[in-house]
Amino acid sequence: MNEQQQSLQELQHIKKMMERSSRFISLSGLSGVGAGVAALIGAWLAYPYVFGLKDNIINDTAVITLAMAEDYRVILYTYLFWIAAGTFLAALLSAFFFTWIKSRKEGIPIWGVTARRLMVNVSIPLLVGAVFLFRLLQFQAYELIAPGCLLFYGLALINASKYTLAEIRYLGYAQLLLGMINLWYVGYGLYFWAAGFGVLHIVYGVYMWWKYESKS
Amino acid sequence: MVNPIDNLNKLFDSRVRLGILSVLMVNESVNFNNLKELMSITDGNLASHLKALEEHKIIKVEKGFIGRKTNTTYMITKAGEKAFKSHLEALEIMIRATK
Repeated sequence: MNEQQQSLQELQHIKKMMERSSRFISLSGLSGVGAGVAALIGAWLAYPYVFGLKDNIINDTAVITLAMAEDYRVILYTYLFWIAAGTFLAALLSAFFFTWIKSRKEGIPIWGVTARRLMVNVSIPLLVGAVFLFRLLQFQAYELIAPGCLLFYGLALINASKYTLAEIRYLGYAQLLLGMINLWYVGYGLYFWAAGFGVLHIVYGVYMWWKYESKS
Repeated sequence: MVNPIDNLNKLFDSRVRLGILSVLMVNESVNFNNLKELMSITDGNLASHLKALEEHKIIKVEKGFIGRKTNTTYMITKAGEKAFKSHLEALEIMIRATK
């Protein structure tokens, strides 16, 4: 091996160590695909309730009493709440599963410093978003829920891009764009939501998988 | 003309040391266990490399506690940053020289 090759290898080693220590690079493309599929199934299940083809209320008497008392727990008696919760859980679990597999293959601890840093920085915009959306629900501004989800999620992804594979930034921009357009097409929230959380996740996931994982 | 190899710091001759420096360049401070995970080497091996770097004032050590457990963190010194940068420059020159 000549000196040039040796120097090149050394540089690659430096780059690898810098990346491994500062970014959580085990995030799998398949996690995106899994979350996207979960979102599409969730949107499909929610469709008849959102557009009034099926009654969203699980227990009429409970809802009436709680609504009269202006108790926010009234939301627990709607089908949409449970579909949303189930979708979120399914997306989170499938995202976690594929990334866990990839991190085991690469020998990078899934609860290491970089993973924790990523989690914290994703969570901050998401938690603020959750509080904001909760208030929107209380004001019955249902039209703004879907664009709100897209906007806060887009911001969370852009924030995350400093702590994981940088391409996730473009997924963030796309979510923001969809969210902003949705603000002017308020009756179509579910479609925008499915496009953002479903289709975009799958497109991004397949691209990332093809770029980083299909060859190894 | 100065031979670029002179600038290739002998201290950075090992992969482990180069790795430690790379990690400390992009992280303010890193503790022993995290370094061990990143390098995937044994305690003794890592400790001896850290000691050598510390003796040359390339890195500095801070001993603290998390609860009752000792927590030793490592940071790069100004001199260490300079040495690492000139090492990178030397590598660059070597790569360019043999076109």
